[in-house]
Amino acid sequence: MGNVLFTSAIDGLLIGVIYGLAAMGLTLIFGVMDVINLAHGPLIALGMFGVYLLFTFLGLNPFLAVAIVAGLGLILGVIIYFIAVNRVIDAPPLSSLLSTFSVNMIIIGVGTAMLSTSSYNVDYSLGTMNLGFFKAPGARIAASLVALLTTALLYLFLYRTRPGKYIRAVANNRISAELMGIPSTRILALAFGIGVMLATVAGGLIATILPINILAGGSYELKSFVIVVLGGLGNPLGALLGGLILGLIEGIVPVFMKTTWVPVIEYVLFVLILLVRPQGILGAKE
Amino acid sequence: MKRIFKPGLLIPVAIIVVLAIWPLLSGNSASSREAMFTLIMSMALASSLNIILGYTGYVSFGHIVFFGIGGYAGFWAITELGWHILPAALLGGFMAALIAWLLGLAVLRLRGAYFALATIGILEAMKALVINLDFLGGPVGLEMHFSEYKRYGGPMESLWMVYWSMVFLAILVTVVSYYIKTSKFGLGLMAIREDEDAAEVMGVITPRAKTWAYVLSAVFPGIIGVLFFFKNGNIEPGDAFRLHFSIEWIVMIMLGGAGTVLGPVLGGGIYQWLRKTLLTSPIFKDYQLVVAGVMLLVIVLFVPTGIIGWLRARSAKLRRVFE
Repeated sequence: MGNVLFTSAIDGLLIGVIYGLAAMGLTLIFGVMDVINLAHGPLIALGMFGVYLLFTFLGLNPFLAVAIVAGLGLILGVIIYFIAVNRVIDAPPLSSLLSTFSVNMIIIGVGTAMLSTSSYNVDYSLGTMNLGFFKAPGARIAASLVALLTTALLYLFLYRTRPGKYIRAVANNRISAELMGIPSTRILALAFGIGVMLATVAGGLIATILPINILAGGSYELKSFVIVVLGGLGNPLGALLGGLILGLIEGIVPVFMKTTWVPVIEYVLFVLILLVRPQGILGAKE
Repeated sequence: MKRIFKPGLLIPVAIIVVLAIWPLLSGNSASSREAMFTLIMSMALASSLNIILGYTGYVSFGHIVFFGIGGYAGFWAITELGWHILPAALLGGFMAALIAWLLGLAVLRLRGAYFALATIGILEAMKALVINLDFLGGPVGLEMHFSEYKRYGGPMESLWMVYWSMVFLAILVTVVSYYIKTSKFGLGLMAIREDEDAAEVMGVITPRAKTWAYVLSAVFPGIIGVLFFFKNGNIEPGDAFRLHFSIEWIVMIMLGGAGTVLGPVLGGGIYQWLRKTLLTSPIFKDYQLVVAGVMLLVIVLFVPTGIIGWLRARSAKLRRVFE
């Protein structure tokens, strides 16, 4: 029993890091511009298919493909920002919710027309890693490590580089940032691009370990919502913690009850945290 | 009696009535009845959601949860308890209203994006819960035996009965929506939409007003859910709690004009008509979601007030006619 529990917990934590990475994209965008990106799920799915296509047709190593997908995701994010978000950035929340949702519809529409909704698989394996007390597929461990590395890079970027500091300044107070000479529109676009990049990277990493389809992003989007609320909307480090918590729940709960109860627990927790502690676990009291 | 003949109420009701009798006038009544059913149901659902979304400014993203709750309650009463459709529909409406009231006490404290997220969470929690409830059929849902329709004089008669009930409900929702908009209560709601703190200072008892708006906007989807799934013959969690479906209602409201009586009626009709046209056209068949997405984007970016809002802003004469 103890052993089963331990293995399930580690399994959960490994996938939880990737959930956290996906949620970081959502939470970064919210933190900087108060926009909830409802195209998050389809963008995760695009990341999945980016890796799938690069791997299947160009024969690239999936982890190299993730790096390329990251670059494309950044560009796509900036484009989406200027088309769909820039005009409604100061409008009431309904506008940006709907404009990003329309992007969701467009991506899913094109995606289902071209790829159908059937399942695809990145046929890639790194063998099984055996640490004596614990066994896991190598690709899963590698994917989790890449997710951690990406998180570290994001933090270095946000805290050690000038554009990163600009992003934090704009998140803090856009008007003051503008008065200091920071080109806020460009910085917002960059932040949106990075948010989308994180989503696509997470999708790409998921593609290396799990079967994918164009609608699969939806469930990760919902998980991201739960995670960002757990960790506090707008807090990237909280998202990582939230991801780990969600991963643990998904790993451990099935040991005790039917798997179908996992989402019930997740969403009830989600609503309760919104009600009781909307600033998240890590957030300070207002 | 004088208020009944106001154009603000008369126009949307007239639209619904004309569409409702269309299947009787056209030759092929079965297929045009089905088309009109979808159209009129959308109008009723969009108008209900408009009460909390358009008047009060609370974005209930997962509003379909009430459609599903009502649908399940009524369907369960029909198949397991052998109830007649009429009390079952009322039960559906009652359950939706009750749950909206209980939830409203809690989640209506949240504002803006937080409220929108919470409604998505509630919807997904409810869906996941129903999948785990064996007495509601779990992931497969419930099915109704075909012989159930005999009670109402056969399948054909049942379909017509459901159709006219839907027409009646759509008119009822429109009337309720109109009276809310022109009442002091509605004025309070719109004050909340513009500035909740200011509304509170001006004497609007905001928690009570919001909760009532939420309950009123939930009760009709609950009843409609029962009619819809009774007509369908089965109910399953995927259909009853489909997030996408409730976002379509928001698109309809935005298309017609949020916070107007006529807007959701017009938007619901146009959206469903467009959708049907796209679905049957060979070029756009696969891309109907893309077209709908582009349409939504254009509305949100360039005409955020919707068709009616845009027309009202253009001329004072139209402002007197469109409510």
